[in-house]
Amino acid sequence: MSTEHNTPTAAATEEVVISLYQSRQKIYPRAVSGLFSNWRWITVWLTQLVFYGLPWLVWNNRQAVLFDLEARRFYIFGLVLYPQDFIYLTGLLVISALALFLFTAIAGRLWCGYACPQTVYTEIFLWIEKKVEGDRSARMRLDKSDISMGKVGKKWLKHSLWIVFSLWTGFTFVGYFTPIRELAELSWALALGPWQTFWVFFYGFATYGNAGFMREQVCKYMCPYARFQSAMFDKDTMIVTYDEARGEPRGARKKGADPASVGLGACIDCTLCVQVCPTGIDIRKGLQYECIGCGACADVCDEVMDKVGYPRGLVKYSTQNGMQQGWTRAQMLRRALRPRVLVYSAILLAITVAVFTSLALRTPLKVDVIRDRGALARMVEHGRIENVFRLQVMNATESTQRYQISVSGLPGIELASPAEVEVLPTEVRSTAVRVQIPPGSTAPGSHTIVFDIRATGESADHVSEKAAFVVPR
Amino acid sequence: MSDFTSDFWHLFVAVGTLVSIIACLVLLWISGTTKAATHEDNTTGHVWDEDLKEMNNPLPKWWVYLFIITCIFALAYGALYPTFGKFQGALGWSSHGQHASEVQKMEQNIAPIYAKFSAIAPAQLAQDPQAMAIGERLFMNNCAQCHGSDARGAKSFPNLADGDWLYGGDAEAIKTTITQGRNGVMPPMGEAVGSAEDVRNLAHYVMSLSATPHDSVRATLGKSKFGACAACHGMDGKGNTAMGAPNLTDGVWLHGWGEEAIVKAISGGFNNHMPSQAAKLNEAQIHVLTGYVMSLSGKGGN
Repeated sequence: MSTEHNTPTAAATEEVVISLYQSRQKIYPRAVSGLFSNWRWITVWLTQLVFYGLPWLVWNNRQAVLFDLEARRFYIFGLVLYPQDFIYLTGLLVISALALFLFTAIAGRLWCGYACPQTVYTEIFLWIEKKVEGDRSARMRLDKSDISMGKVGKKWLKHSLWIVFSLWTGFTFVGYFTPIRELAELSWALALGPWQTFWVFFYGFATYGNAGFMREQVCKYMCPYARFQSAMFDKDTMIVTYDEARGEPRGARKKGADPASVGLGACIDCTLCVQVCPTGIDIRKGLQYECIGCGACADVCDEVMDKVGYPRGLVKYSTQNGMQQGWTRAQMLRRALRPRVLVYSAILLAITVAVFTSLALRTPLKVDVIRDRGALARMVEHGRIENVFRLQVMNATESTQRYQISVSGLPGIELASPAEVEVLPTEVRSTAVRVQIPPGSTAPGSHTIVFDIRATGESADHVSEKAAFVVPR
Repeated sequence: MSDFTSDFWHLFVAVGTLVSIIACLVLLWISGTTKAATHEDNTTGHVWDEDLKEMNNPLPKWWVYLFIITCIFALAYGALYPTFGKFQGALGWSSHGQHASEVQKMEQNIAPIYAKFSAIAPAQLAQDPQAMAIGERLFMNNCAQCHGSDARGAKSFPNLADGDWLYGGDAEAIKTTITQGRNGVMPPMGEAVGSAEDVRNLAHYVMSLSATPHDSVRATLGKSKFGACAACHGMDGKGNTAMGAPNLTDGVWLHGWGEEAIVKAISGGFNNHMPSQAAKLNEAQIHVLTGYVMSLSGKGGN
């Protein structure tokens, strides 16, 4: 049942023409330091060291991590993955999704606040911006000021640094798909191919645009995670919260004044929590969808509380239940072991173990058996019955392998073609195999047989594949 | 080229597309503003179900610009590529044309590789691993369906690896077979031979030619009837490659082994057909394929 009724107040009746489109209000986040900021910088360094460093590592005389799309081979250290190993990517995505559910249920938008590339690159770009143009108020002044040599110089320097950093990012990204050392030589000689050039500049442009200009708008308007991560909160999720009961009524007062004696709460209304917020919201209005859970407001408020001599934690990580019922930190943490979290953890653990076990037990040899379609069976010398199969033998090791083919499953069954096949490193070889049985030994119809393919030499790689052997009437 | 059965549908699509794109822009324009009472709390003043308030959260302008850019893109695309009915666009693009140009480009790319092979006689191509790899792929795509991926054929589909050739095993003959195809016709000979008993006797005689197990009494009786066959298969039964008449003395039984199969062959005849490949493969490809097929019979078989 849905009924509309305009509230008959004076204000509501004053309808005016409003625009449904708005220009962006530029946000100038103030630099902040503290516990959560430190954690963010740690994750920035960790993720970026991995991102920029990984393609330069060498393994087996080749790039340790290389996704060779053209040859359809993914090299990850000792592993050589074929398109047939796609299931591991599925496993990785399932693990990532469940990890996201788990972290979000426990402590809100940890991904957004600390690890998301959008946050990480914005953080790096903001750092460059601060070094060149100064902190929040200096930047605001600079943007308002009239054009001058100094302003142009600063802007030019900032954008140059951003562009260099972005291009390096684009270059590194492409370096995961095409050997990075080769790419470096080609770049140096300005001899990149058209697609390499396109992707370096495209990814570079995306970095520059998203981290330099779009920033919080990506989270607010474009990111689907932002919306569904919030939907995974419950009343026991740790989120960045303002302690309203303690803080209100807010107001300025003399330094060190006892809040109770001046009839105010602990919030001195310095608005620093708003100034540091990268999405430009006021945490004192409660949980909002724009909040990426970065904890900058908590950091700066703690600093302020220290200065005015009040206890820390007016803005802090806390749960909704904890706030309402005045729980201690330990009480809130105990609630982390609630059924939802335990179920997520159990599934996550099970799938992680399953994926890694399967990777560890993976045989670097794959075989597809394809029956010849044209002729089901043929009669050869002495009335023997012959079927032809094509064996696609995929060598997922980095050395040349010889494989011994054998067949079983019917009385007197044997190979009539050479039983050994040589396959070059990381190559696929397709070979026709003739299988015969003696006449009259088996009833007409289709019978299951098994091909065994065994690597000769030191590796004991071994694969069995079923196939159908047809005996004509 | 046009798929439109009448001009009406062409106009319907063209006008419909153009009007839709322009309508998007108009909609963007007229829905940009509204009349609402926005309070200080940023709601429009509309309340549903007691406390559900409609907020005023305007769309960012850059997103509006993206909408406009997509409309401009659509119009520019429509001017260049087929979009508005049967109007071809300024570039004259068609999927048919793109396919043709890609095929042409590919052919230009592979021409030097094939040119190298064209200078080599098919029999010598077996020495060239690259030619053999190409030949194998051509064989798998065009020949293996009938002759099997090991080229050993099946009943009524000749074995290409056994050194037995219906039309001769030299390069010219194989090229002709691939290019023009073959029609292997054997007329029904039952009436010419005589009674059913005569046909059986003849069958045993035919089996005796290749020392296949047979009834020698029937074979002796059947020998006199072989005259009906000799016109094609020759008096000695060794066949005739000029007309594709199989050699009956070599123990290769294309259409089946044993009395029953041979009786059926004599009385019913055959109409065996290999289709021409000239439309699918060019001369250079057929040259390489010939080399590959010739290399097969060197590999073994009878």
